[in-house]
Order: sequence, then structure tokens, then C-alpha cells
Amino acid sequence: MSRLGDFHSKTTGMLQRLFSFKGGVKPQTHKAPSVQDPIAQAPLPSRLYVPLHQSIGGESNPLVEVGDRVRKGQVIGGADAWLSAAAHASTSGTVLAVEEHVAAHPSGLPTLSVVIEPDGRDEWVERTPLDHRSLPPEQVREALRDAGVVGLGGAVFPSHAKLTAAAGVAVEELVINGAECEPYMSCDDVLMRERAEEIVCGIAIFRDLLAARRVLIGIEDNKPEAVAAMQQAVQNLDEDYQVVAVPTRYPAGGAKQLIRVLTGKEVPASKRSTELGVQCFNVGTVYSAYRALAFGEPVISRIVTLTGNLERPRNWEVRLGTPLRELVALGRPKADTDRYLMGGPMMGFALPSLEAPVVKASNCIIAASPTMFPPSPPEMPCIRCGACAEVCPHELQPFELYWFSRARNFGKTQEYHIFDCIECGCCSYVCPSHIPLVQYFRFAKSEIWSREREKKGADAAKARFELRNAREEREQAEKAARLAKGAAARAAEKQARAAAAAEPAAGEAASSATASSAAATDAAVSPASPPTKPADAPAPVVAPAAPAISEVPALDAEAIKKATIVAAMERARAQRAAAQPRNTDQLTFEQKRQLAAVDARRAALQAEEKAEAAEAAEAAEAAETVAASAPVDTPRRVEQPGRRSE
Amino acid sequence: MMVFSTPPYLLQERSSVRRVMLQVLLALLPGIAAYVWLIGPGIVVQLVIATLTALAGEAFMLALRRKRLALFLSDGSAIVTAWLIALSFPPLAPWWLIVVGTLLAIVVAKHLYGGLGQNPFNPAMVAFAACIVSFPALMSQWPALGLKLDFLEQLQIIAGLAPRIDVMSGATPLDALKTALKLSDGSIDVPTLLATQEVFGNFAGRGWEWVASGYLLGGLWLWQRKLISWHAPFGFILGLSLLAAALWAWNPQQFANPVFHLFSGGALLGAFFIVTDPVSGCTTPRGKLIFGLLAGLLAYIIRVFGGFPDGVAFAVLLMNLCVPLIDMYSQPPIFGLKNEP
Repeated sequence: MSRLGDFHSKTTGMLQRLFSFKGGVKPQTHKAPSVQDPIAQAPLPSRLYVPLHQSIGGESNPLVEVGDRVRKGQVIGGADAWLSAAAHASTSGTVLAVEEHVAAHPSGLPTLSVVIEPDGRDEWVERTPLDHRSLPPEQVREALRDAGVVGLGGAVFPSHAKLTAAAGVAVEELVINGAECEPYMSCDDVLMRERAEEIVCGIAIFRDLLAARRVLIGIEDNKPEAVAAMQQAVQNLDEDYQVVAVPTRYPAGGAKQLIRVLTGKEVPASKRSTELGVQCFNVGTVYSAYRALAFGEPVISRIVTLTGNLERPRNWEVRLGTPLRELVALGRPKADTDRYLMGGPMMGFALPSLEAPVVKASNCIIAASPTMFPPSPPEMPCIRCGACAEVCPHELQPFELYWFSRARNFGKTQEYHIFDCIECGCCSYVCPSHIPLVQYFRFAKSEIWSREREKKGADAAKARFELRNAREEREQAEKAARLAKGAAARAAEKQARAAAAAEPAAGEAASSATASSAAATDAAVSPASPPTKPADAPAPVVAPAAPAISEVPALDAEAIKKATIVAAMERARAQRAAAQPRNTDQLTFEQKRQLAAVDARRAALQAEEKAEAAEAAEAAEAAETVAASAPVDTPRRVEQPGRRSE
Repeated sequence: MMVFSTPPYLLQERSSVRRVMLQVLLALLPGIAAYVWLIGPGIVVQLVIATLTALAGEAFMLALRRKRLALFLSDGSAIVTAWLIALSFPPLAPWWLIVVGTLLAIVVAKHLYGGLGQNPFNPAMVAFAACIVSFPALMSQWPALGLKLDFLEQLQIIAGLAPRIDVMSGATPLDALKTALKLSDGSIDVPTLLATQEVFGNFAGRGWEWVASGYLLGGLWLWQRKLISWHAPFGFILGLSLLAAALWAWNPQQFANPVFHLFSGGALLGAFFIVTDPVSGCTTPRGKLIFGLLAGLLAYIIRVFGGFPDGVAFAVLLMNLCVPLIDMYSQPPIFGLKNEP
């Protein structure tokens, strides 16, 4: 430790003042077995199942089709929104399918994946290294997005979306997270030991994009080798980053906890860290960003800790999409292994199936046995002992949240800050009643989200209803206007006729004058009048000689005014419709496929109906000639609805 | 009501309700040892009666409520309640009084409110309050001091086989002080009483002062083991001694000193084993402090100015009523929102 201290003062010139977060627990770390050996390259699997949705945010759209040949690093799923990241082929080969495949998710639900059969050549797509200093920041962010760079600590949040400073707040500190507080996990540890210089190079990208003043690299003090390696790299590359060993206490590696420990700043759930002038990235993320820009290599692999009940625990560099079955076989699981966990034992989950592939979030795979993780004792009632509140790093009252969640009193859970819960599991860890508290909180959060969705749906329905009412009103107004115009025209005609009959002598000259004046009036009105006539409305009957009528203009003016308003509303609606994308414009791959299937079915059905109609017509013709054909015709008609419903 | 498909958590500390309760029982042992040594072995009989009654009552209610019998019977919470009842009742109370009290605590105060973790009132204190109101004579008969009864004789009295009247002329030190002051009508002062009367010992009741010291020892051990936080006991002791000290400073002739009050009656048992009950007490640190402080003040007021010999039970029950309110207004600020209004 004294050696470390020396390093510290040499590289930084001063000792970093550390802060502390409340709560936390100290479970056994079990990290030693997996750091005995260096990182190994996992062999090429027989098949790759690359999920298109591997990050927070939008799902990427497939850009390849069955039978396509892809090369290593080729984009196979394009980011479909700002908060999304691209997916890439992790080796060269042939696309066997673009289909749903079981995902590495607790639900076990399938997700759209590209199945690749490797050709063994592992041929790279053309790589274009970029220098982030010579590009505008916007382009660097786009490059990161298109390289699929996401938070590799496990949260898989697209990194480019975190690289914008908040308006008016300079980024004081950039925190690089190498704490790795989850027990068993060591992927960041070995990465820092073996590739420290690349990480240090990568930090510059993030520092420059955020214009961060200081860089603090936080590593838990149970990883002295990683601390030393990083300090050496910082020194070698002559950077002014501070490498800080932080006390080992779970969850010190939580972004908010590490920010607190290193800077003293507390980021609540309601704020982004940049609003407090600080941002945090995992060391794995920094490394992948560096590879992406400096070598043009997108994120196609990651370091995975394979540990637990195995003969050969170690860290592997694994291609994304590698089936977990092939990965765990490398570690030679012991006979009593009964399940596999992804993530650490505090925040991870039991994998639903080993058919699921390795994804960007797969930081650690633990083979578990009943002796390693004995089944949890039965859940007892909460005795409000407050042990959970003592260890909560966000200083919440977990037992209160539990009572409210249980009672489905979701308003109260929000009042007691349920969304500040980071689901670290400290409360569940210490609960003497063995209550799965985090599970209750997830339940409450998902209920609140679904209620919000429902509310949004109801609001949309309300808007639709109001729009319909407005339309009906408008149509009535249009009808009234039409009727009024018609009536006015008829009255004018009648009067004109009466006048013509009364003065037949002066008639010709007068009527021609009236006609010309009418034409003039028409011309004067015309620029304003087209919008008053909705396109679909039948053209009103225009009086040949309309003006100079005493009672009609008042009525007509009002109708025109009304019609003008209606038309203005109609125009606004049309503009809105043009500005807003229709819900059929941006469809996911799956929706498009379903639509295509529906269209095909409809076309087939129409063709069939046509054929049947023709047949029926023929039959009818025949019936005309042969009187006894009617009973034969009936069963065929009965058959039709049945076929349609198929 | 909710079923979770995947194991909720994988790592867990070796802690359980049973371990918590077991440690509370262990912490009571020094006090019980002093009790047996100085007051008499009859308390052991009472502890056994209370324990058996509590377990029977618990089993009966669990069966009625269709709960898992073995799981809940072995959690130890009923035994803790039983021991607290036995320790707060007169040591030679008839057996049926303990049975009635314990059943009241387990059946009514605990299970009718929903069982473990759901009772708003401390069950042992409900039992004590109900019994002292219903059987005031029996509940204030304490063995006269100097009375040396062997185990068999004590057993006979508890079982109702021996006459009670002759032996049960005693009172608690608190009661003795109060009665003497009332009878003397100002002609005698507290220091003289404490110095002359046989019922008083070095700094509180003779014998009882050491029992209370035993509770203090056990309580400190619980605090050291982090099973209880310092807030509630500290608040209780502070409340009781502040008021006692103020009145004693004002008129030492009429009011006993704070040390006497602290080591008399149920004060220290209450401070470390009653107001620290997590189920019926406050949960936030500030709340616990307020809860303890007010309970201590109330206990003093009731025991000195009220009609009962001790006030801990009523004080705790009254404060139990205030728990939701105190908790609501004493929520600590959370991470990141400490400077928000």
C-alpha cells in the first residue's frame, strides 16, 4: 500500500480528498479465482445470434437479409433514433436468419436477432480510424453511436447521449468508473491490468467532448494491481488524471456512489449528473470508445468474467452473439451447477436459458450451485427493524416503500422517492425477514409506468374524441353554409326574374350591366372564396345576378364567416398532419413484416372473392337459363364467410 | 400475494428474525439472573408459565389464521413478549394472572391486529395496562422485603396453594415512596425516606436497583451488537431524567433524584426492551429519539402524579398511538435531495 501511496503523490502531486456515501454492505468478494489468468480470446462459435436491441433506447433496424454475406464489424442494425446504438456482425459469414431468439433477460422473452454462420475467415469490414480532435463533436458522437458504444458496466446506456454538457454548467469532473464493486466480477479489473494505456488514451475522447476540467479514475482498493497499472499508464502517457483507490464497499461502483465518493456531489434521480457538472463512464466503455475511434473497430466483443462453480474460472474476450452454452463450456462447469447468473450476485438475475447469446450487458456469468447460493429462507413479515434503511446508499426507507408497494399505494411510493432506488439489493441482502424488497420495488415501478402509459392512452383517446366532435360541428356548419347559399341564390334568382318580368323594355341593357357587375364582384371575392369552399363540398349554385339584394347579404356574410373559420381549422389540421409523421411511417421490422403478411392475406382473399364473384355471376347466368340451379348456389354462399375468417 | 419467478436475491447476510429475537432474549439474561438472586427464584416459574402460554396462544392463532406453524412459532417473537410480561408483572402474581396477561398480549394485541410485524401497540405493555386496570390489587402486591421464601414456597403462592395475604404486604419502591409521601402530608422529606426505609437500597429500590442494572447491561450489549440504535433508549432516559432532575432541583424534599427514578420500576427495562420494539415504535432516527423522549416524560408524569405505581406501560402505549404521525414528519432527507426544501 505504501508503494501505491508513493505512486499517488508522484502522479497527482496531492492526495485526493475522499467523501463517503451512507449505507452499503460488505459481502465477500470472491474475485480472486477469475483473476489468476489473463484475458483469453473465446473461440469462434458455430453460430452467432446477434440481438439488434442491446442498449437502452430504440431498437436498431435490421439492415441485412437472409443469405447476405456479412463481414466482421459490418453494421447489421442501424440506430433508429438518437437514443439508440447500432449493432454489428462480430465475425464474417452468412446471415442464416433474421428472427426472434431468446434474449439474455430475466423474462426469457425473444428478441429480434441476426443469426450468422461464421465462415471462419474473420474478415474485417473496411475500418476507418478517426481522430476525434479533428472532427466536430457532433460527428464524434454520431461515430460512437454508429460504432455501438454503450455503457459496458451493465446499464448499456448509449454513451454518445451522455456526452453533452448541460446548458450553462461546465463539466468540472469526469469520473472513470473502475470500482467494480459487485462480488465475483473482475472483467474491469483485468481490463485495467492488461489494457491500461488504451483506457487512458480513450479517456481523452470523453474529456474533450465534455470539456471536463479534471479526470478522476476511481478503483476499489481491493484491486491494487489495477490501481498500479492505471497509475503507470497515466504517467507513461503524461496525463494529469488522478487514479484514486476508493474504499471497498458495495455499491461503491454505482455511478452515483462513485461520483459522491470522488467529488462529494450527490446526483438525485430527478437530475442528470451533467447538471451538477460531473459525468461518469465505465472503464470498459472508455476502452471500446477508443477502439471504435482510433481503430475503426465497432463494439463486437466484450470482456466477460466466467466464474463461480467452474473448473476454470477466468475472463474471456467474447464475440457478441456467442451462445452462452458455448461460452460456459469453456469454463468446465462442475457437476452440481444448477443455474447460471448474469451480472453479479447482488444485481444480476438467473438466466432463463443458455441458448441466449452474450450481449453488451453481459459483464459476468456465474455458474451457481445450491451450496454456493442456498435457496432463500421463507419470506417472513416485515418487523420494521430498519436494517434496510441503515444500508440503503440512497438513504431511502425501503421498508416503507415495501409496505406501500404491497398495499399498491403507488402514490405514496413516489412520495417516498421510489424512483431514487437504484435496485442495488443492499436492503434485500440484510433483511432478517428475507423479504425480496427490490422485487417489490420493481413491481411498483412497473405498475407506475404502466399506469402512466394508460393515462397517456386515455389522453390520446380524449383528444381523438374532441377532434371528432370538432369535425362533426364543422361538417354541420358547412352544410348550413351550403344550404344558406343555396337559399340565397334561389331567392336572388326569383327576385331577378320578377324584376326582369317587371321591366322587359330596359331589361337587356340593365341585365348586361348587372351581369358585368356581378362578374366584377365575383372576381373581387374569389381570392378569399376558394378556401371557404371545402374541396369535397359540391360547388354552390352561383346566382347569375346576385348583388343588390337587401336581406340575403347578412345571412350570407355569417355563413361565409363560419365557413372561413371551418376552412382555417381544416387547413391547420392538414398542416399538422403533414408535419407529424403518421404512425405508419416509422415501423419496426416486426411491424413491417406483420403488415406485409396482412397485405398478402388481404390480396389473396380479394383475388379469391373476385374469382368467386365471377363464378357466382356465371352461376347466376346459368340459373337464368336453367331454372333449377338456385339450390346448388346456396351452399357456396354459405361457405364464403367461413373461408374469409380463415 | 406476489410471486417472483426468479430468486429475488442471491447473496444474503446470515440474519433472521429468529436470530434477532434470540439475541434479545440473551440480553435479558443478566437482569433475570439478578432477579433470581436478589428477589427470588419464583420469577423462573413465571417465565416458564408465560412462555408456555405464549407459545400455545401463538400456535392456536396461527392455526386459526392458517399460517405456517413451525416457521412462525420458531421465530421467537412470542417468547420475547412472554418474558417481558413475566418480568413486568409482580413476581408472585397468581399463575392465572400471567396466563390472562400473556393471552391478552398474544391473541388480542398481536394476532387480532395481524400478527408479527403488524401490531400497533406493544403486546407486553397492553397486557400490563389491561391487568393493572382490571386487577389493581393483585398487580400491586409485591413480595415484602426481607421475606425469605424458598422455591417451593414461592411455587405454592404462584399456584394459589398457599395464602397470599400474609406475605404480600410489600410494594414497589416507587409505590412505597409515593404512599409514604402522601400519608406524611409534607412532614417527612424524600432524602430521609430513602435513607431510613428498608425498601430502599443504595440508589434505588433494594435489590431492584441491581435487576435494573442487569437490564442496562443487556441493553448496552444489544446496542453494541447494533440490534438497537441509541436513539430510543437515549431519548427515553433523557426524557425521564430531565424531568426528574428539574423537579428534584426545584424541590429535593418532595421529589426523588433522577438516578432513583431511572433505576426504579420498569424504566430501564422499558428504555432498552420496550421503546426499542421496532414493530410498535418509530422507525426513523429522529422519530425514535422523539418517541423515546416523549415516552420518558410521560412515564415520569404518570408514575409521579398519576394513580398507578409506574407509568412506563401507559406512556409507551400512548406514544405507540403517535408513531405514524412522528414517522411521517421525521422522514430523513434522501441522497441528493438534502438541500431541497
